[in-house]
Amino acid sequence: MSDDNGSSFKVNLKELAKDRKELLAPGHRLCAGCGPSIAVREILKATRGPTMVVNATGCLEVATTIYPFTAWNLPWAHAAFECAGALAGGVESALKAMAKKTGSDKKVDIIAFGGDGGTFDIGIQSLSGALERGHDFVYVCYDNEAYMNTGIQRSGATPHGAATTTSPAGKVIPGKTQFKKDFIKICAAHGIDYVATGAPHLWNDLITKARKAIEVEGPAVLHVLAPCPRGWRFDPADTIAMSRLAVKTRVFPIYEIDHGVWRLNAEVKEPLPVEEYLKAQGRFKHLFSNEFRHEIKRIQDDVDRHYNDIVRMCECTGGMPPTKSPPSSLPLSTK
Amino acid sequence: MGSVGMAYAALDSDVDVVSAYPITPQTFIVEKFADFVADGETHAEFVCVESEHSAMSSCIGSSLTGARVFTATSSAGLALMHEMLGVASGMRCPIVMAVANRALSSPINIHGDHSDSMNSRDMGWIQIFCENSQEAYDTTIQAFKLAEHKDVQLPVMVCIDGFITSHCMEGIKRLDKSKVDSFLPKRVAELKLDTDKPMSFGPLALTDYYFEFKKQQEDAMDRALKVLKRIQDEFAKASGRKYDVIDTYGLEDAKTAIVVMSSTAGTARHVARQLRASGKKVGVIRVRCFRPFPDKEITAVCGKLKSIIVLDRSCSSGHHSGPLSDSVKSALYDAGIDMPLCDVIFGLGGRDITPKDIESLFLEGLDAGKRGAFKRKYKFVGVRE
Repeated sequence: MSDDNGSSFKVNLKELAKDRKELLAPGHRLCAGCGPSIAVREILKATRGPTMVVNATGCLEVATTIYPFTAWNLPWAHAAFECAGALAGGVESALKAMAKKTGSDKKVDIIAFGGDGGTFDIGIQSLSGALERGHDFVYVCYDNEAYMNTGIQRSGATPHGAATTTSPAGKVIPGKTQFKKDFIKICAAHGIDYVATGAPHLWNDLITKARKAIEVEGPAVLHVLAPCPRGWRFDPADTIAMSRLAVKTRVFPIYEIDHGVWRLNAEVKEPLPVEEYLKAQGRFKHLFSNEFRHEIKRIQDDVDRHYNDIVRMCECTGGMPPTKSPPSSLPLSTK
Repeated sequence: MGSVGMAYAALDSDVDVVSAYPITPQTFIVEKFADFVADGETHAEFVCVESEHSAMSSCIGSSLTGARVFTATSSAGLALMHEMLGVASGMRCPIVMAVANRALSSPINIHGDHSDSMNSRDMGWIQIFCENSQEAYDTTIQAFKLAEHKDVQLPVMVCIDGFITSHCMEGIKRLDKSKVDSFLPKRVAELKLDTDKPMSFGPLALTDYYFEFKKQQEDAMDRALKVLKRIQDEFAKASGRKYDVIDTYGLEDAKTAIVVMSSTAGTARHVARQLRASGKKVGVIRVRCFRPFPDKEITAVCGKLKSIIVLDRSCSSGHHSGPLSDSVKSALYDAGIDMPLCDVIFGLGGRDITPKDIESLFLEGLDAGKRGAFKRKYKFVGVRE
């Protein structure tokens, strides 16, 4: 893991274990095995001082703040589904303006949490605006790859072939036909200094990145894979295993774009075939029929293409030494 | 201009954050404020959001942090932020918003009518309609005090007629900084996002709690009218300019009256003055505070009237009674006052209503008062049929 920005923060398991105060306290109503809850707790371990959280509508928000209870041990606000970006911008602007008046130099960090629904789709405008305006905050998309809170409907983050209630696996159509939206590229296109992916089983990487994101002056985005036992149809005990499989099959590459330099933080030199990932989840089981088996190859091709694109970008931005092997023969985009 | 005056009012009220998106005919408000910021005249942050939905969302974020917040919109912009209006009022954010009333689409039209504000009337915002630029400036300053009052804690919409008031050149008197500061102290938010005292805002409230939140909001709305009156009195002391939740003309002996909001009140008063000079007993009731609706204040002045004409600058589609007329009828009914009432839909999409039109209405009202009924209780004036 690179730590080139000079931060002295080092993730230490012993220190983390000593920190008994949970900023996201136990007793909330998220499902057993909920990926987002693990990711959020890890990210909150990276806070460096006074921190405020804003939250888009979704699993995380709804299950942690059922009046009159709240699981948040820090200032927290939720307004609506599609505006976490704008809400964060509003908080940041107010703190800035009031600090000008009072002369205060107290630094308050702002983290916005949104699911893939509230980020990729309905919330993308609000996020785009906030990134473009350069507010100093961290946006975390916890990606469980569907609108899980409302009962597993497809989102722009749902992978190709996944069955959801609005992209069901039927006799004629095998689940979602589109491929996953490239969220990292969209954020990077805004010219922000730090964008990264993360996965809950790689806790050291995720916490390090969260701290990096917090320390960036200006906007930073984390896109975290957050496996959902209910929506993906696997045993709640296997959340971390699923996260590991996603990375080992290259389905969810772990990389960062740090001041323009692309870095593959978890290089997967000998990937498992994507089939290992698909067969472990009920949402893909229809792909193993004779009729739709060919979709698995399409998914494998797309995974290879995406991973190779990232490798290429790492090589050409100085995040990785150039390889001696020839460039991939796959076209740059597959639809 | 009415619009520009409101930007000055926000500046004079020492706002902390303005998050806004331009839309005709409010645009001058945000442009003027941008000038103040660029010239270093204010410490305020000016956030050029990418849509009105984000404008209100951003305002909510700022307001929850304890800042004094202002924004402006019209028409489609108000419609786009509709969802967030309820979030702002439900979370008791004392945001002040200037609305240059403009017709809603379709067809697209940039001119003044009240359809935008009326379509938001149930969203828990205090709504005050201003007749002219001076009132718009004065009311914006009052609005901050009203919104932030501990017995209220509700957002306030200050409305002016699009183009008619927003774009008309009028001189306005600004209030001296010292007078504004003593009238309107700094905002002190009792509950806010504060790292020293962590709280959660915007919870999920299910069937067992939601209703109580709404009741408390309604109780606050009920208290708002009295608070507004006190604030208006304090403002009169500071500025010499008096305001009330309604104002009346000629009601001491009028047999018929026109009930109207916003700039058209001026035309109505002008015609009434002429008619009264020729002995016709007519009057005008201008409703300034529309939400909360001043039921008692209106019924208190209706005693001598034999008929009423309500001018509605918006329709409630599918119902033969516009929004203002609905509220007036409701107030009269509750007070046991039964008299002929004619609801007139006028001015949609900025169509002018002329002094001649208003004169005909007054005469019709006098006639209806004598006969005990209007020929038609609901009609459109000024439209080609």
